[in-house]
Parts: sequence; C-alpha cells; structure tokens
Amino acid sequence: MFLYVDRGISVIEMIYYLCRGVCSASTYGVSPPEENQYRMLRKIRIAAAVVCFALVTLLFLDFTGTAHAWFGWLAKIQLLPAVLAVNAAVVAALALVTLLLGRVYCSVICPLGVMQDIAARLGRRVRKNRYGYSPERRWLRWGMLALFVILLAVGLSSLAALVAPYSAYGRIASTLLAPVWAWGNNALAYMAERADSYAFYTVDVWVKSWATLGVAVATLVVVGVLAWRNGRTWCNTVCPVGTVLGLLSRFSLLRPVIDTSKCNGCGLCARNCKSACIDSKTRTIDYSRCVVCMDCIDKCNKGAISYVLRRKGAAQSAGRSPEPADASRRNFLTGVGLLVATGAVKAQEKVVDGGLVAITDKKAPSRVTPIVPAGARSLRHLTQHCTGCQLCVSVCPNGVLRPSDDLTTLMQPRMSYERGYCRPECTKCSEVCPTGAIRAVTRGEKSSTQIGHAVLVMKNCLPASEDVSCGNCARHCPAGAITMIAQSGRRDAPKIPSVNVERCIGCGACESLCPARPFSAIYVEGHEQHRTI
Amino acid sequence: MKDGLDRREFLKRLGAGTAAVAAISFAGCRPKGGGAATISEGGDMPAGEMTCRINPKTGERVSILGYGCMRWPTDENGDIDQEQVNRLVDFAIAHGVNYFDTSPAYCKGMSERATGIALSRHPRDKWVVATKLSNFAPSTWSREASMAMYRNSFKELQVDRIDYMLLHAVGMGSDAMREFESRYIDNGMLDFLLSEREAGRIGNLGFSYHGDIAVFDRLLAEHDKYKWDFVQIQLNYVDWRHGRELDPRSNDAEYLYGELQKRGIPAIIMEPLLGGRLSNVHDHIAAELRERRNDRSVASWAFRFAASPEGVLTVLSGMTYMEHLRDNLATYSPLEPLSEEESEFLKRMAQALLRYPTIPCNDCKYCMPCPYGLDIPGILLHYNRCVNEGRLPSSSGDENYRRARREFLIGYDRSVPRLRQADHCIGCKECVRHCPQRIDIPAQMRRIDRFVEDLKQGREF
Repeated sequence: MFLYVDRGISVIEMIYYLCRGVCSASTYGVSPPEENQYRMLRKIRIAAAVVCFALVTLLFLDFTGTAHAWFGWLAKIQLLPAVLAVNAAVVAALALVTLLLGRVYCSVICPLGVMQDIAARLGRRVRKNRYGYSPERRWLRWGMLALFVILLAVGLSSLAALVAPYSAYGRIASTLLAPVWAWGNNALAYMAERADSYAFYTVDVWVKSWATLGVAVATLVVVGVLAWRNGRTWCNTVCPVGTVLGLLSRFSLLRPVIDTSKCNGCGLCARNCKSACIDSKTRTIDYSRCVVCMDCIDKCNKGAISYVLRRKGAAQSAGRSPEPADASRRNFLTGVGLLVATGAVKAQEKVVDGGLVAITDKKAPSRVTPIVPAGARSLRHLTQHCTGCQLCVSVCPNGVLRPSDDLTTLMQPRMSYERGYCRPECTKCSEVCPTGAIRAVTRGEKSSTQIGHAVLVMKNCLPASEDVSCGNCARHCPAGAITMIAQSGRRDAPKIPSVNVERCIGCGACESLCPARPFSAIYVEGHEQHRTI
Repeated sequence: MKDGLDRREFLKRLGAGTAAVAAISFAGCRPKGGGAATISEGGDMPAGEMTCRINPKTGERVSILGYGCMRWPTDENGDIDQEQVNRLVDFAIAHGVNYFDTSPAYCKGMSERATGIALSRHPRDKWVVATKLSNFAPSTWSREASMAMYRNSFKELQVDRIDYMLLHAVGMGSDAMREFESRYIDNGMLDFLLSEREAGRIGNLGFSYHGDIAVFDRLLAEHDKYKWDFVQIQLNYVDWRHGRELDPRSNDAEYLYGELQKRGIPAIIMEPLLGGRLSNVHDHIAAELRERRNDRSVASWAFRFAASPEGVLTVLSGMTYMEHLRDNLATYSPLEPLSEEESEFLKRMAQALLRYPTIPCNDCKYCMPCPYGLDIPGILLHYNRCVNEGRLPSSSGDENYRRARREFLIGYDRSVPRLRQADHCIGCKECVRHCPQRIDIPAQMRRIDRFVEDLKQGREF
C-alpha cells in the first residue's frame, strides 16, 4: 500500500479502512473473519514490499533510464535522502505514517530491510522458529545514531553512508546485481544482433571502483549473515534510520497488541519475531524495534495478537536492562571485521583483428581537484549531501561517473574521461539523485556550468611531439573553448591547442578524444566551486 | 541497321563532334585461333562474341571489356593467389578479353608480376597490356627512380614492348599542376616516353586523369605536341552529368569525353561502377533496374552505359571473382548499346542515386591500418549500409526518425568499437593517398561524426 505514499488521498483512504477494520475488531471482539483480516495485513505487507523492492532494484539495473521516468520517486521517498535533500513533505509524510502505523517504512519501503527479510526467510527454511527475544541495546543504537549525525555534521558523510540503509543497498545492487543484469542484456544483444533486431544493445561491464565493490560485498555479507541468523539485528542496533523511526513508532497509533486473555505464553510469536522485540514472558512488545511485519499475528495459533489502536495508559514497553553482548552482537562485530575487498577477474578486452592498430587503454591523469557533475554545485555541497548510493553511477551512459576511492569521499561520484566524456545531451545523474547532492539541471544549465577546465600537457601533444597536425580537441569542444595556435618559434609546425578557460566547461570531450595514449595531452582539472558562464 | 541508328542518336545527345566518330569504328571480334568458346562454368551465358573496338592508330582490335588488374584475388596471408589469377586470365582470354591494365602500384606492388606470369602463358598476339609510370611518391620523382620504375615494368611483365603506357593519375595532389611537372616534365620523363614510343618499345602513349581539370585541359591543349594515343577517364552514368558535383575540382564525364572526341582521341574508361557504387545501389534503385530487365544484373546497366559511346576503346573492370568476370562477359558478348530511352532512364537513376549519399568505399582496406586505430572501412560501410537499406534518417523530422536514429547508433556500435569510430579521426591524412576511390576520408569521417552528433544530441537537421 505504500506504493501510494506520495498520494495523500490513497493513504488517508487506506488508513480509514484499516481503522474501521480495527475499530470493529476491538468493538465486537475477535471473530474468525476478522482474524483473517489481520492475516491479510501480512500478505499486503509482503506484496507491497516485493513490489517496492523490485522497483527500487530496477532503478539500479536499468541503464536506459526508462524505469526512472516511472519509479524514480521510490528513491526520493527514502528517509535519509529526503532529509539531505531537505524534502520536508516526504520527511513529514514518513513521520506521519510511522506515527500512525509504526515502522512499515522498514518493512516495505527500505530496500535493505526487505533484503534482510529475504535473507531471514531463507534462514528460516534451514531452521524454523530460530529467533528469540533480546532486550534493546539502547546505548549501541543511540551511540550509532549519534556517531552518524556527528559524521554527517563534520562532513564525513562517506563514512556515515556506510550504514545508511538505502545507499548500502544501492551499492549492493549497482556493483553486484547490475553486472549480472548487464551480462544478461549483452547476451540478448548478441542474439538480437544476429536476428537483425535493435531491441537490445551491448553495454560495457567494468569495475568502477574496487573499494566500493569491497564495501558492497562486506555490507552484503554482514547484513546478510546477521539477517540469516537473527532477522532484523542490523535495523535495531546499527541503522540510524531504524533508530529515528523507532523513536516515533513507540507512539504509533496502530500497533500489534497481545491479548493477554488469549495468550497462553507459548512463545511462538517471539521465536518468529525477526526484530526480537516480543517478550513472551511479560507478554509485551518493544514498539521501537517492531517493524510491523505482522508475522506474529500470522503465527499465533490462538489469535491472541491483533493490530489495533493504541489504548491509553497501557504501558507495553519492553524490558530495558542492558545485558552483555549476546550472540547477535558478536555476529555483528565479526561481520564488520570482514570488511575486505575481494578479488575478481578483470574484464578482458576484445582481441583486435590484424588490420587494426592495437589501442592502448587511456589512464586517468592525477587531478589536483576532482571533477563532479554539473548540479553538484561544489565539492563541498556534494560531499555533504551524497550518501554514495551509486544511482548516478549506474545510470551514467558514458562511463564517466565512478565512485571515489578517496577515504573522505569514499563511494561518492567522481568524473573521469577515459571511457567517454560528459556528453552535452545527458543530464541523467542530476535527474536521478535522491539526496539533492546533484541538483536537477537542464541541458542549457549544464552546458553553461564550468565544472572544471582543460589543461594542456605539451609533451604529449602530437603536433608538438610528433609533428602531426591534429586538432581533434578543438573540433569536438562543444563550448568552442579551444583554438589552434602556432607553436612559438615554430611557425610552420602543426598548430597546438590553446584553451580559453573562460569558456571551457570541463566536459572532457577534448581529454576523451585526444589521440595521445595512455595519457591524454589535454585533461580536465575540476573546480571546487562550480561557476556559471 | 537499328543499332547504328541508336548509336548515332546517342552520340548526338552526347554532343560529340561528328568528325571523331569516323576515326573509331565498331566491330565484333573473335579471339584469334580460339574459336567461339562457350562459358562452361555455369552462370550467365554470353549470347555471342565479345564486342571489340578498333584502335584508330594501330588498327588493333581491343575487347570492349578490359581487365583491371588492381584487385587480384589474395590468399589468407594477403598475398596474390597466382593460381586463381591464372584461372581468371585464362577464362577471360578464352572469352575474348584481350586488354589487361596494371600498374607498378597495384596490389601492394605485386600486380605487374602476377599479371605478367598469367599472360606469359598465352601467345603474345592474344593480348595487349597497359601499365603506368606510377611515380606518385616524391621519392620516385627523380629521373633515375622513374626510369627504374619504367624499366622494371618490362621485367615484371616479361615483355619487350608495352602496348599501352600511361602517365598515372595526372591531376592528383594539392598543387596538381606542380606535381604533374615534377613527375613528368622537370625530370624529362615525358620526353623520354615519347622517344620510347618512337623506338617502338611503347605502342600507345596516354595518361589517366583524376582530380584537377586544369591538368587535363593543359594536356589536351598540348595534344599537337604529344599526340596522345588514348586517354583514360572516369565515366559512368552518375559522373556523366554529376562529375563536378562529386569532385568540385574535376568536371563532368560528358565534358571529358567530349573533349577527347573533338580531337579524335580514343577513351579508355575507368570507374564504370563508380567504385562499386553502381553495383551496390539503394534497394529502390536496384528494384527499378531489375524490373526493367529481369535478366540483367544491376552492374550490367553501368557497363552498358560506359561502353555505349563509340569513342570508347575499352571499359576497365577490376574483377576479383569469377562471378564478376562471367557477369561482365555476359554484358559485353556482345554489347547491347543503350537505347536513347534507356540512357535517359539511367540519368534519372543517377539523380535518384545522388539523393542517397553513399560514400564510394568498396572495402579494399588500402587505407588500413589507420595509425590512430580507426576502422575506416567499417565506419564507411556501416554508413553506406544504412543509406542503401533506407535506414538513414534524412531529417530529424522524418516520421520514423526515432527508430532510424536508434538503429543507426546501435548498429554503429555493433559494427565499429567506440574507440575506432569516426570521432577519433585526427585528420592526419595518412589514409587519403592510399584510397583508390579518392575518398577524402578525413572529410567523410568528420561528416559522419557530425551526423552521429546530430543524432546523439537530438539536434535538428
């Protein structure tokens, strides 16, 4: 149902129907048909979660940008991106939803949450009833949240982003799933080519950053193992979004409640609670950790748990004595220790045939200032807002964007022009960014934003080094910023480029199309602060 | 005689002088001693004997189909497949072909030798051979180097007389007149060749013309001095009225041919297919040609056009494959000259063809390898394919523009890896001098690059 979260009317309608059902349940007592109604809630949750999860994943896989036109908003309703983008409407709506229904965000909208549910489901196949109650690790939760906020505040958002749920999932999808998707697409393209069809085209698959791949693998292993063994441990100990929403969900209007008159204390609910938040001894639920998955309602064979309006004065909070680290926390810590990059086979380049000169791969020059896309405004603005979700990197059709390997800006997008350049017609990264780190720009705005400027490396320039007339940079400069001039003291030698930095926008056409290899004779230095011509 | 009437009318339309017509007559010829061989290897069967023309100076019969030896078949190593060459030459001679045209430059310099080997297996009176003084490279402009090249031709061809000797491709180069003088005047080579003709070691002396019309005009103005026995020009149904459109420095074939006719100089025709462009035409045009004569190949129309003017001594065709040879033999055994109506039809086709802007690349790969890694023929052939299949958007307003755009761009990436596409051409011009079709490759690379940018950026055009 949270597919409709951005459509006010539908949400209100939904709540209305829910409340009506719940009220009637509480008024007339639990009867078999209404028990089914509660069970329906779990099915609705699962269906909504599957749809949301599939569509968010599609955003990271679809390199054509078609999915973004329809479902791009699914990335923009993620809580942390909305906060960073100062999207008050979304933040308020999510807060309201949590106050009304509890942490449905965590079980439906958050892709990392759904991913954990999938891992947990697989875990339950191996061993049923595998969970149990554990008290809230309040200091760990709040400590993580505090650390997260501090890191964001001091501008180390790349470290904070390591635990940000949506971007953590984004990294997994874009570095681990997207290549598989692309290979599948390439197989189809291969067949299409032979069938003379243009339905599919081949795309390059390459490792954009080993560090980010390592982070993604580590996140997948840690979160996956935790979820396999203990369900939602990550969400209730580490995830800052979970902690913030937990604060609100304590007071949610609707909540699962154990009817003590029906409960026989069998503990089946607790052994099936992924959040480990049902204390079957005291017959209470910790609502700050409950992600309203409705599994307990479904499991209870006495029909003792129902999703009803909160009653005043009913103190149902969970036990709060902090206990020494138990298995789940140990697991978590060992998981973090696994943060190691894994090696894989490097993509092989196509073998050239005899009639063609072998082409040396371009190498990235060392740039004093990194280049970031138009719309990022400045390095500072990008660093402060980006959570490193890789959405921009996944959609960049020209192989320009890749995650940074630098520790302070780890996983945030950087531009480099070895595979292509920032083409004038493309504004995709700015369209998809959910956090406002790359603000939406039009083609006109983009082509008048100076994200960097070109610098000539005379010793590599063919007219100077090999006396060949060239000018490919000048010919392809979309800003007309390059003029070919005579070499000083060598009037009859071929002309060399001269860059008008007032006009140069730093798109990298010159660098990318320069015939000098592996290092181009002209390359782009970034601007810390973007300027408008 | 119905044929004669048609020809006369045809010539009238060509605007050629009537005096010249008498000089060159039209006759059938039978290979001496060979009998009328039939084509036994299947394929098109010639209806009769090869049409021949008579050289007005020597009176010798020359087959209307001349064998261009610039494209001999090669093996997998790229070396000439001599066995195949022998087979082709045997078959050609058996079916009446007696004119073989080679050059020291052809086939990476190996054509003369291969041609010589194949021809030496036949009696000397059954064939005539043409070769050229191909001193293009400045290093061969000296008298010594040019002389060495000339002498070497005799050795390679295993002959003591060169029947047709040409100054090769006069009019080429950025300063064509200067280059012509450096190659043939300053070093005294033209005077030397004249004396060789005097001495009988050269049967006929002429020149092949490409490029700058000023050089052509000058050499014809000096006809009284040099007494050209023939001139080799580019003539086909597109160049006839549109030669200058295709190459602004040159002129229409109608003009070139007319100038030769005025002076009674026989014309030898090269590029009857405009670099293959007239055999690989747009589907629409191919359909029209085929509908008119189901039994004729698309190429046969171009060959009939080139051979129909009576002042044409022979039409050269570089035949790599037996199928091409058979098809051409079928067209010319005997030649069925174009009717006036057919000739007009082809001129209409020429206009239609020009609306489909293919580039006359026939994938000979002489330009390769490009030092900057481009796949030049790959790029040009992709472009031509899209043109010929009617998949090239002619304007951004086309109703199927989006589809055509997608297909062009995806097909481009499929045909040519991105790093080898036109945008990587730096314009070093290394390829230009290697292109036998005289395609200005860097200019075409730029044109295609601009077109690709139009498509990619969604610019209106």
